[in-house]
Amino acid sequence: MSILEYNGAAIIAMAGKDCVGIACDTRLGAQAQTVACDFRKVFKMSDKIFVGLAGLATDVLTMQNLLKFRQNLYELREDRELTPKVFSNVLSNLLYEKRFGPYFIEPVVAGLDENNQPFLSGMDLIGAPVYTDDFVVTGTATANMYGMCETLYKKDMEPDQLFETLSQALLASLDRDALSGWGATVHIITKDGVTSRELKGRMD
Amino acid sequence: MDTVIGVQYEGGVILAADQSNARSILTYQSNLDKITKLSPSSALAVSGPNSDLVNFSEYISKNISLYQLSNDGLQLSTHAQANYCRGELATALRKGPYQVNCLLGGYDAPSGKGKGSLYWMDNYAALSKVNYGCQGYASNFCLSIMDRDWTEGLDQDQAVAIVDKCIRELEVRFVMSQPNFIVKVVDKDGVRTLKFGADPADN
Repeated sequence: MSILEYNGAAIIAMAGKDCVGIACDTRLGAQAQTVACDFRKVFKMSDKIFVGLAGLATDVLTMQNLLKFRQNLYELREDRELTPKVFSNVLSNLLYEKRFGPYFIEPVVAGLDENNQPFLSGMDLIGAPVYTDDFVVTGTATANMYGMCETLYKKDMEPDQLFETLSQALLASLDRDALSGWGATVHIITKDGVTSRELKGRMD
Repeated sequence: MDTVIGVQYEGGVILAADQSNARSILTYQSNLDKITKLSPSSALAVSGPNSDLVNFSEYISKNISLYQLSNDGLQLSTHAQANYCRGELATALRKGPYQVNCLLGGYDAPSGKGKGSLYWMDNYAALSKVNYGCQGYASNFCLSIMDRDWTEGLDQDQAVAIVDKCIRELEVRFVMSQPNFIVKVVDKDGVRTLKFGADPADN
């Protein structure tokens, strides 16, 4: 079993009309055994930037702290807020620094840029980024999530419809994956604020 | 293989660990205390090779004492202690890892949180706050028992009863013989030993 699959995770980020959504499961496992059902992998960096970290739990926690640290340093030096594109670059840089001894995480970044337009990016564990305008997925159930997103996704969804699509895509994917599930959290980010909801799913 | 069990209840945490120190076919010691007091209201129960077990728990407890000495007696909350512990494990992970799996239990006074909290930490430095937990092979046997019996608002006797039930299950079904267990409680009156199979103070 790959070290990236030790703890289990499933994260989807999706773009809508002037909004983005990001959702994750909440399982923490040690291979087959489930340890906790409230381990969230999506973190709010600012009102407009959310990051989802899938992979080895210890590195998820370490990277969460590192990112906060780098964000704080940037904002102190530059006296302005990070934009999602720059944040994504900071993350990519952090990961490539450890090119030959990497953090075992594969992150996604979801946010709204200066014009409140959706921004999405995904990365591998050494920081190679991909920028899309529809959706990005990461975790142990990517095959399932790609299939669900490709089928259910439509352009320019309103926040409520985006929530429905994102939730259904995530729930259906993680129900077929042994290592993810045990609860899910969805965040919908618009220029007016963030709505976070817990999904009721199969607890197995 | 070490067994470590923890149960959080209303007013504190119960921590239990087996007392054997063994390698391969030999038992060196059967009265080892694997639960270290970190502060007046928190304790760390550790499982792993004896070298890392002792080294890590002493290192953490002395550093937490140092913080209190350096900061005019200010006590770290359980949450802070758990995160400090995780940070040390995470830093060591890519240098010279400690092969320890631990459960950190503490009590925060009402001005802080007013209840017991239990943190599960594995050797890769993944951290999670839990209501009950196990480390080692014990988890295969005991987690289901705790899933069934634990509820919010237990009292100390009920929590100890759950731990006893887990220990009995291990005696019946776990292939390794673990004759002695030490059980400690962490509550508003501090860290104290409730019972043990063999006195750790015996030399």
